[in-house]
Amino acid sequence: MALYQAILELADDNLVLGHRVSEWCGHAPLLEEDLAMPNMALDLIGTARTLYDYAGKLEGKGQSEDDMAYLRDEREYRNCLLVERRNDDFAHTMLRQLYFAAFMKPFWDAAANSSDEVIRGVAGKAVKEMAYHIRHAGEWVIRLGDGTEESAARMKDAVQALAMYVDELFVSSAAAAEAEAAGILPKRADMRPAFDAVINHIFAEAMLTTPEVAYPQTGGRDGLHGEDLGHMLSVMQALYRAHPGASW
Amino acid sequence: MYSQGLIGADGSTDESQDFLDRFQARIDAEEKIEPTDAMPEGYRRTLVRQIGQHAHSEIVGMLPEGNWITRAPTLRRKAALLAKVQDEGGHGLYLYSAAETLGVSREEMTEELHSGKAKYSSIFNYPTLSWADIGTIGWLVDGAAIMNQIPLCRCSFGPYARAMIRVCKEESFHQRQGYEIVMTLARGTPEQKAMAQDSLNRWWWPALMMFGPHDADSEHSDQSMKWKIKRFSNDELRQKFIDATVPQAEFLGLTVPDADCKWNEEKGGYDHGPIDWSEFWRVVKGGGVMNRDRIRDRKAAWEKGEWVRDAALAHAEKRRARKMAAE
Amino acid sequence: MVTTTPLWEVFIRPRNGLSHKHVGSIHAADEVLAIQAARDVYTRRGEGTSIWVVKSADIVASDPDQAAENFEPTADKIYRHPTFYDIPEEVGHM
Repeated sequence: MALYQAILELADDNLVLGHRVSEWCGHAPLLEEDLAMPNMALDLIGTARTLYDYAGKLEGKGQSEDDMAYLRDEREYRNCLLVERRNDDFAHTMLRQLYFAAFMKPFWDAAANSSDEVIRGVAGKAVKEMAYHIRHAGEWVIRLGDGTEESAARMKDAVQALAMYVDELFVSSAAAAEAEAAGILPKRADMRPAFDAVINHIFAEAMLTTPEVAYPQTGGRDGLHGEDLGHMLSVMQALYRAHPGASW
Repeated sequence: MYSQGLIGADGSTDESQDFLDRFQARIDAEEKIEPTDAMPEGYRRTLVRQIGQHAHSEIVGMLPEGNWITRAPTLRRKAALLAKVQDEGGHGLYLYSAAETLGVSREEMTEELHSGKAKYSSIFNYPTLSWADIGTIGWLVDGAAIMNQIPLCRCSFGPYARAMIRVCKEESFHQRQGYEIVMTLARGTPEQKAMAQDSLNRWWWPALMMFGPHDADSEHSDQSMKWKIKRFSNDELRQKFIDATVPQAEFLGLTVPDADCKWNEEKGGYDHGPIDWSEFWRVVKGGGVMNRDRIRDRKAAWEKGEWVRDAALAHAEKRRARKMAAE
Repeated sequence: MVTTTPLWEVFIRPRNGLSHKHVGSIHAADEVLAIQAARDVYTRRGEGTSIWVVKSADIVASDPDQAAENFEPTADKIYRHPTFYDIPEEVGHM
């Protein structure tokens, strides 16, 4: 069951962030971003679907990807806290995307050598997607950080608000640690140098600094979330749950 | 379609008869008109209005469907809907580009949408109240749009025709996506089937109204036909649409909400009951349930995005200055 | 104040071996965002392997008023086309 749990964590990260990004569709600051953000959301949701499907098979109880996405409550969701943070403004959204992609890019890079065939398959596709997300979000972080007075202030606010959720990315749950020991998933802590290199490079151009975080926030892997996730899930799951057993 | 047959070509013009005749001869020879070509001012104005309205319709059209992205009942449906709404944004973008070749900026067109000066298709002033509406919109609203957009691929104005070719190619999945949703519901639980029927009941008449007033009541379409901006009349297209969709509804076991809708052997098409044009005009003139909310949401996105657009421009300026200083 | 984000023309190479072809335009503040926007807007269905963007304002076009003098004088130079020459069919394809 450890591998099932570890895969679920990864799937939840991707779905929750994909869902958050999809909330922008039709409301972006310029039309070109109304096209760009769904591309990112679709990448993440696609990865989540493959991982849920795999988790369902590992669990062996006949659960579909949708059963897993739509029937678990917030305490059962295992995503990290970063991805569930609400969109707030464009600065928060782009920084959240950058942090996540800057972690996942080296993660999927390393996962290309996984002993697990499904993981290798996901990694091959996702690593390219994450490289693009870094570029897209990174270019925006630079422009907002070094744009107008207002954009710089908003970008700094975003860093203040989100930096405390970064450390959790590097922490492996007990389930993930087992999968890492088995050579199925790369060790999360190992991603630090690659992550720092990307963030430092972009922050330097964006005139941003990484603040000291007094109290890093964690708990997502134990299902201990902030309050926003429950609202997101209640919107997402309402229809599916209102018609048990129906096909869509 | 998205012009609802309400944009009549503007025939009034200062050009000489000789100029107009030569222009008309090019149109009659099926020559495409390109942006830098000499053209009657009325032709240009008509296109700016019609392409602009078409673009606005795509952009506003993202909202009713976007209303269900976060609630789509499966991950497969969520991905397909997201891709579809994204396409609508893309189509709006292609169309704004086509209008921009005529010297009007996207910002100007956006301002006109927000101020109410420019219109968009009234169909998007109806709310999406259930998941079935997402299916019905794809099936009927996109279906109606395609009826009009296919002839627009041969529109006399090159950039508009080229944009429409791209749009039609991409849209081919939209109607199928919608019909598949409705079909799944129609074959689902009794509650799902009721949801599908209720949705058809609410969207059928507004979909028929998308083609605009009857030809007899449609004042200005002659000039548009002559200039080959428009190729079929409102009633011709409406009839084609009804003939295509009534059997599709029957296949699903759903009933079109029109007691007078029956096959007419003699004309080789379906007859339909009277369309409530007072309802059409009520919504066109701003009295629909969602008119104000649609504009509110578009304005909010635009206004809340201003600092982002400004930041990108400011950054570009800084980079230019730094590069100059380094050289 | 209405700020205007510059317009860029987008050219896509559908696959290697073919030329870049004009596909439309996008708005972007600078060339980096322009390439990204072009990628996100015009290659969603695998339409390309390479993108060019150029500021619309930087395009120099021939004057439509000179179209006649530019392009019509070539119409009667039919000896530039292979069909101008009579070769007996027996000679085969040439």
